[in-house]
Amino acid sequence: MARTLAEKVWEQHVVRSGSGAEPDLLYIDLHLVHEVTSPQAFDGLRLAGRPVRRPDLTIATEDHNVPTVGIDLPIADPVSRTQVDTLRANCAEFGIRLHPMGDVEQGIVHVVGPQLGLTQPGTTVVCGDSHTSTHGAFGALAFGIGTSEVEHVLATQTLPLRPFRTMAITVDGDLRPGVTAKDIILAVIARIGTNGGQGHVLEYRGRAIEQLSMEARMTVCNMSIEAGARAGMIAPDDTTFAYLKGRPHAPRGADWDAAVAAWRELRTDEGATFDTEVRIDAAELTPFVTWGTNPGQGLPLSERVPDPETIPDENERRSAEKALAYMDLVPGTPLREIHVDTVFLGSCTNGRIEDLRAAAEVLRGHRVADGVRMLVVPGSMRVRQTAEAEGLHEIFLGAGAEWRAAGCSMCLGMNPDQLSPGERSASTSNRNFEGRQGKGGRTHLVSPLVAAATAVRGTLSSPEDLVASHAVTSNASH
Amino acid sequence: MEPFTTHTGVGVPLRRSNVDTDQIIPAVYLKRVSRTGFEDGLFAAWRSDEHFVLNQEPYRAGSVLVAGPDFGTGSSREHAVWALADYGFRVVISSRFADIFRGNAGKQGLVAAECAQSDVELLWKLLEAEPGTEVTVDLRDKTVRAKDFTAAFQIDDYTAWRLLEGLDDIALTLRHEEAIGTFEGGRPSWKPVTSTLPS
Repeated sequence: MARTLAEKVWEQHVVRSGSGAEPDLLYIDLHLVHEVTSPQAFDGLRLAGRPVRRPDLTIATEDHNVPTVGIDLPIADPVSRTQVDTLRANCAEFGIRLHPMGDVEQGIVHVVGPQLGLTQPGTTVVCGDSHTSTHGAFGALAFGIGTSEVEHVLATQTLPLRPFRTMAITVDGDLRPGVTAKDIILAVIARIGTNGGQGHVLEYRGRAIEQLSMEARMTVCNMSIEAGARAGMIAPDDTTFAYLKGRPHAPRGADWDAAVAAWRELRTDEGATFDTEVRIDAAELTPFVTWGTNPGQGLPLSERVPDPETIPDENERRSAEKALAYMDLVPGTPLREIHVDTVFLGSCTNGRIEDLRAAAEVLRGHRVADGVRMLVVPGSMRVRQTAEAEGLHEIFLGAGAEWRAAGCSMCLGMNPDQLSPGERSASTSNRNFEGRQGKGGRTHLVSPLVAAATAVRGTLSSPEDLVASHAVTSNASH
Repeated sequence: MEPFTTHTGVGVPLRRSNVDTDQIIPAVYLKRVSRTGFEDGLFAAWRSDEHFVLNQEPYRAGSVLVAGPDFGTGSSREHAVWALADYGFRVVISSRFADIFRGNAGKQGLVAAECAQSDVELLWKLLEAEPGTEVTVDLRDKTVRAKDFTAAFQIDDYTAWRLLEGLDDIALTLRHEEAIGTFEGGRPSWKPVTSTLPS
């Protein structure tokens, strides 16, 4: 029978099929661990006297609450310090590899796995973090889990799960210049809604997806959870294999050939059916930004703040009214006229080297607008090192931005990198929830290109606006 | 986990949709390494507003939360379930739950009861008309009752069974340890391990 990519990977990992209401028992190939969602899981193991079944399929890093300045000093916040120290003690006790602060492989867990070559096609990957969907870019079945499940995976290397439904999201055609993976996924979420993917694995396919780099594919899969989906996947292809080859944990020699042969089978069969199908024309997409307080409340940058009165569904209307009140926005305001105080470039969505390169290219020769603070937080210390070797940090620093160490940082404001009440950001992260980046903070989700252009102009902007304003300035000087 | 058969407690109407886990408990409250004491972070931002429903008597002592659609979206933080449970909630009623939240709730003995939105609206009206109205949630026949209101709710059979029996997932899985070992024996040798680099 013809099967989808997600069904193939699922079937390859069934340890035991459930009968009736009982779920399948699914084997987990890779378990990523961080400081925030793991301490209670390790406590549970200790209480029950259980070991970690496969420390060799487990890896930990410090990311969510680590500071991004002064990383050679003890963490100032004692509660954060305790959480990081607890992870270190747990990893030592249970024999788990850990990349702590200061290590070149330390960084956001979803940046670290792929850069080490641990995330591979056809694997099952879990982490106590909803953005685990990132790893689906490799054709892995990757999803976020809660702390009880973290404990379950540590103890058994499996999870009891019922099969997910499948949804095809086909992005046909070619993206226009200046339109990025972030714009695709924000448009997808605006289209299907924050619950549109519920219970589903999304498979992104079509010409526009095939043409994306691995890092761009990770951006797309990363935000699958914002559409309510369990996971997002993209079939592995030559782009995937080229990215993996030579990475520290990629197979070598004859193993590489065997692996690639197996990976090439990981495609949705001709004639396989999805439970749901959505089609999007890439050529119609333009830079996209959010105006509200959930990632589905987004529009093209060229639009205006919507009027809730025009929304027919009562719940959505009420939600839009609350969002506009929180965001302090007036219906009808052009999105391009919204001023920001802070620009955040980073996160597991857009903190990889290509994101930094794209933003640096826009910033080159410009300065961050007066009164705007720009934070550049590489997704990992390896990304930071690479960026410095390319001189990107000099562009950021020269433009007046802050060049930080790796971590989740202002994406969720667990460390000191937070918005103040009422402050407004353009952020390359993944959630614009109320208070997500700091109590009372207001977030507009944007791509790295829009983030950089916004930093220069101080209002939500795309790089095109810089060219236009540059032309005006140079005309005036003649 | 304590078995759950039926619960009766004060119903709390929360007229909001898309209550994401950052609203249920903001990230700054996730730094604790213990499994208890998260109640102070529950709806932290909203609780600073004196008009918020949990700041009103008699809702303050509520244990059955009745919320709008898409409850628990966003982060996978199980702390959201712990915060609700630590506060005293035993049941959340909504017409739609985010997948990870629903899974987490089922692991912790918090019942995520899925009702039709029309029933949620009726419950809201009832609970607002007579604050302090008690709601009974019976997991055995999957019904919600309050005064003369009765409605069915959905919860998957496996989760319902585990909750009714108070069963620990890990112990259930470890009964299949042999099958896990057999599966491991058949994994391709080129699959990555974190402990050593490939040769």
